[in-house]
Amino acid sequence: MTGTTPSAAPAAGGAADALRRRPGLGRLRELGRGPLFTASVAVLAVLVLVALLAPLLAPYDPDAVDLSASLTGTSGGHLLGTDQSGRDILSRLIHGARTGLLGPLLVVGVSTLLGTLLGLVGAWRGGWADALLSRAMDMAFAIPGLLLAILLVAVVGSGMTAPVIAMAVAYTPYAGRLVRGIARQEKARPYIEAYRVQGWSGWTVCVRRLLPNIAPTIFAQSAMNFGYALMDLAALSFLGFGVQPPTADWGAMINEGQSAIQQGAMLPALAPSTCIVLAVVAFGIVGEGLADRISRRER
Amino acid sequence: MTRYLVGRLLGLVTVLLVTSVVVFGALYLAPGDPVSFLLHGRPATPEAVASLRARYHLDDPLPVQYLKWLGGVLHGDFGRSAQFHQDVAGLIGSRLPGTALLVGYAAVLVAVLGLAGGVLAALRPGPLDRAVLIGTGVATATPSFVTAIALVSLFSVRLGWFPGPGGTSSGLGDRLHHLTLPAFALALTFAGLLARVTRSAMLDELGREHVEVARARGVAERSVVRRHVLRNALGPVVTVGGTMLAGLLISTSIVETAFDVPGLGSLLVQSVTAKDFAVVQAITLLSVAAFVLVNFAVDLLAPLVDPRLSLHGEGSS
Repeated sequence: MTGTTPSAAPAAGGAADALRRRPGLGRLRELGRGPLFTASVAVLAVLVLVALLAPLLAPYDPDAVDLSASLTGTSGGHLLGTDQSGRDILSRLIHGARTGLLGPLLVVGVSTLLGTLLGLVGAWRGGWADALLSRAMDMAFAIPGLLLAILLVAVVGSGMTAPVIAMAVAYTPYAGRLVRGIARQEKARPYIEAYRVQGWSGWTVCVRRLLPNIAPTIFAQSAMNFGYALMDLAALSFLGFGVQPPTADWGAMINEGQSAIQQGAMLPALAPSTCIVLAVVAFGIVGEGLADRISRRER
Repeated sequence: MTRYLVGRLLGLVTVLLVTSVVVFGALYLAPGDPVSFLLHGRPATPEAVASLRARYHLDDPLPVQYLKWLGGVLHGDFGRSAQFHQDVAGLIGSRLPGTALLVGYAAVLVAVLGLAGGVLAALRPGPLDRAVLIGTGVATATPSFVTAIALVSLFSVRLGWFPGPGGTSSGLGDRLHHLTLPAFALALTFAGLLARVTRSAMLDELGREHVEVARARGVAERSVVRRHVLRNALGPVVTVGGTMLAGLLISTSIVETAFDVPGLGSLLVQSVTAKDFAVVQAITLLSVAAFVLVNFAVDLLAPLVDPRLSLHGEGSS
């Protein structure tokens, strides 16, 4: 995966390229490949479990308001304290994992599917179809996802729908570009020609033989995108455009917790912040680690 | 070279036209008819409806509506703000300085922190390098609104060094004092990225033969670093740094909202909440234009810093 090496990015293809590749969590793996990767996988596994089992795990109803117990701080009854409306923060964090993971799952799922389709068509067909698709993707890069989401929210209204659709559209060219690149490399390999010579039809070779070979790389990239999408959707919730109160959501919780900070209560905002950073770092390390393993295996 | 420039400019114009179509067409994605969307709860008096229909040329066929709207935009007429009862252009003009000061402040921080961190990490392997790697790792994984609340809880509420969100300020010194925490919140993520790019570009150069040769010739280490390593590493750093400036523009809406800074970003968020669509259209369009233009400028300027990045190298990856 040369795409994640920051040093290689700028010289190869201009400024827009450098941002598009998002060198982000790039070199975290240098800090130690094994234990960090394992820990990150564990963090993600716990997150998924917590999201799935939220109603069983949460000690309180996440939406139960108790104004007499506002901002209690940590205590035996409320491990992470309560927010301004007296709702149990731990329970809200646990339930927040659901919207926190569902949004990015939809974004990454749809954008990876669309991107893979467009990238494969471009790489396999070549010619004018490829040129047209590449141009269209370049164009899509010029409109930042966050702006697209805000524009769509302005029209359709707040909630999960508009941000998820906008982000899925915005992430599609990232996936499309990646798939096109690696599919073109793969297509040049002798085994593809061998299948063609044996009389396999073009699309059968492409979907049944080429796609499974590049799928791991696509998956690794999706893991990284998952973290970014989580961050973007949380930002939109923070702005009040995403998941709507009183539904528990990390981004929205930070927004609501802002005023509590002024009163000296840090936990209502800091607890969900920690969850977001932890999830983003874990997805980044897992994505990096997977990409790293794939490239070493191929060498 | 000329062909390349013309091609790039054509691409630029195409992007802006497509964006304008998207921004204009968004009006028709709204549930219900455009008039009731644009009225948004205000009484549908015949006069109000008539003035909206006239302003948005709603009685014309769709392509004509678009062209008339685009013509107005090109002349700086973005319509009227429904919430402020004011021309959008004037409103944007009054909010622009706040955002410009914030972005400028943050850009300086990104440059200073990013370059210093990257250079130090590359030159001092060991604990310092590891510290920079961990620090930038955390910085790049932390969204700006999280940085914002962390900075407020520590430096404003706990230590009281800087004012919290909101509040007014007078004079440049006071304004900069108020903008310090927002600028850091905006800058840290990008500074982390820049430090990483600088570090790896420096390390690439440090391993090159010409650096060995310079050292063998007895050139002082300071001079080797400055003239042979940093100078050569600057190309990718400038490219990425310029791109970040474009990214900063987009992230301001989050930071301005978190800190109640009166700027374009917070105006955009307010206008979305208030369904003030003309303002949303204008700021979206201007942001994309700024984003694209900055990227274009960086592509043009990068070869001046590093002649090896000649324009003909484009697309040869």
